[in-house]
Amino acid sequence: MAIETGTTTVKRGMAEMQKGGVIMDVMNVEQAKIAEAAGAVAVMALERVPSEIRAAGGVARMVDPTMVEEVMKVVSIPVMAKTRIGHYVEAKVLESLGVDYIDESEVLTPADDVFHIDKHEFTVPFVCGAKDLGEALRRIQEGASMLRTKGEPGTGNIVEAVRHMRLITGQIRKVQGMSKDELFNEAKVLGVPYDLLLEIHQSGKLPVVNFAAGGVATPSDAALMMHLGADGVFVGSGIFKSDSPEKFAKAIVEATTHFDDYKLIAEVSKNLGTPMKGIEISKLVGSDRMQDRSL
Amino acid sequence: MKIGVLALQGAVAEHMRSLERAGAEAVAVKRTDQLDELHGIVIPGGESTTIGKLMRKYGFMNAIRDFAAQGKPVFGTCAGLIVLADKIDGQEEAHLALMNMTVARNAFGRQRESFETELDVKGLDAPLRAVFIRAPLIKEVGDGVDVLSTHNGEIVTARQGHLLACSYHPELTDDYALHAYFLSMAKDVVGTN
Repeated sequence: MAIETGTTTVKRGMAEMQKGGVIMDVMNVEQAKIAEAAGAVAVMALERVPSEIRAAGGVARMVDPTMVEEVMKVVSIPVMAKTRIGHYVEAKVLESLGVDYIDESEVLTPADDVFHIDKHEFTVPFVCGAKDLGEALRRIQEGASMLRTKGEPGTGNIVEAVRHMRLITGQIRKVQGMSKDELFNEAKVLGVPYDLLLEIHQSGKLPVVNFAAGGVATPSDAALMMHLGADGVFVGSGIFKSDSPEKFAKAIVEATTHFDDYKLIAEVSKNLGTPMKGIEISKLVGSDRMQDRSL
Repeated sequence: MKIGVLALQGAVAEHMRSLERAGAEAVAVKRTDQLDELHGIVIPGGESTTIGKLMRKYGFMNAIRDFAAQGKPVFGTCAGLIVLADKIDGQEEAHLALMNMTVARNAFGRQRESFETELDVKGLDAPLRAVFIRAPLIKEVGDGVDVLSTHNGEIVTARQGHLLACSYHPELTDDYALHAYFLSMAKDVVGTN
């Protein structure tokens, strides 16, 4: 019988299969193997993890396609990669390579300071960052099939991811309780389509999976985000910038699955060594704040 | 009828919703001691390597084998099908190895090749909307395994007594016919005991 590829169900469904899991940033084949062996549900192939991007400065771009291909060869779990915000061609290149998910990411230097990619015309699904409900629904309107908090990438500081997750869930609760006339106005205030807002009002949840990202550095951080309602967790610098990546990777996977089993989290947190060095958010100014790179 | 959904990783909530629509009481299962009160269990879609690792870590391999040995039904979808198979193409080690079949992982290609289609399934009254996501397929079935549906000649649904497996995601649509079918398998078991 006839088949349909790239449908909304197929694209959003792919993200549903990642739920309760951990997606790990990897910079080479060896790290990808470590991530898979630790139980990651997917890997994000990139040249540098966010903390290194921060340290290096300059323009951060799509990864070398060779690296993506090498990673796809050695792991059987899905492989994701990042495109610069608004960089249609980088995204098309990643799609042509066969990556399983594209992250249109503020971690890379934006290529377009106004427009995001029209993600509807792609067969491959996209994940995008959001720090409030307005951003979340604008990204969905543009065709994102999965969301994640922006947090503040590469800081090892969970406070911004917590802020974004709490804000989005709080805004959803508020929208749920609104009357129709209030919804019309709220759509205007948030800068989102009324129909999408109405869907949130009726269902009380986002129509796509929403992961936590941007600052997860420990098993407890991952579990905290799950406790706050995240569907799963992205870990960028938190694993391969820690003392013992294998141990951190495994411990974060287990803490994400059993986020409400505190004895277990205590157990997996023992003798992990030093997590990545963190950054206090107030020390970041202007363009150092990656979360402010898109609206 | 109480049906569990193994909740280590993957599409748990969707299966619970479909089971409830089919008339079951659905339970998210994270610990092996929860199995005792169940009449059946679903192993959901997700990443089979992740689910397999966590099942080993938390004692679910033996616990679900014991559960199945009591004649209680097990339903594996997508990754769950891989977990049930006794042979995985290109891999040394199987997971539960309960069903007499060989499966191939990511058999249709990568995510861009993922698709949905209509499927005729033996035992269901109407065609089923089937969503295939980086889906596996059943390359070969052995003795005692019934093929319930094929797509382009490839086996995508199979049943071996009280064990049911499909390579797609029946939980991602509003059609709960296959969940109702599984529920009737569980009712048959309760009826005969």
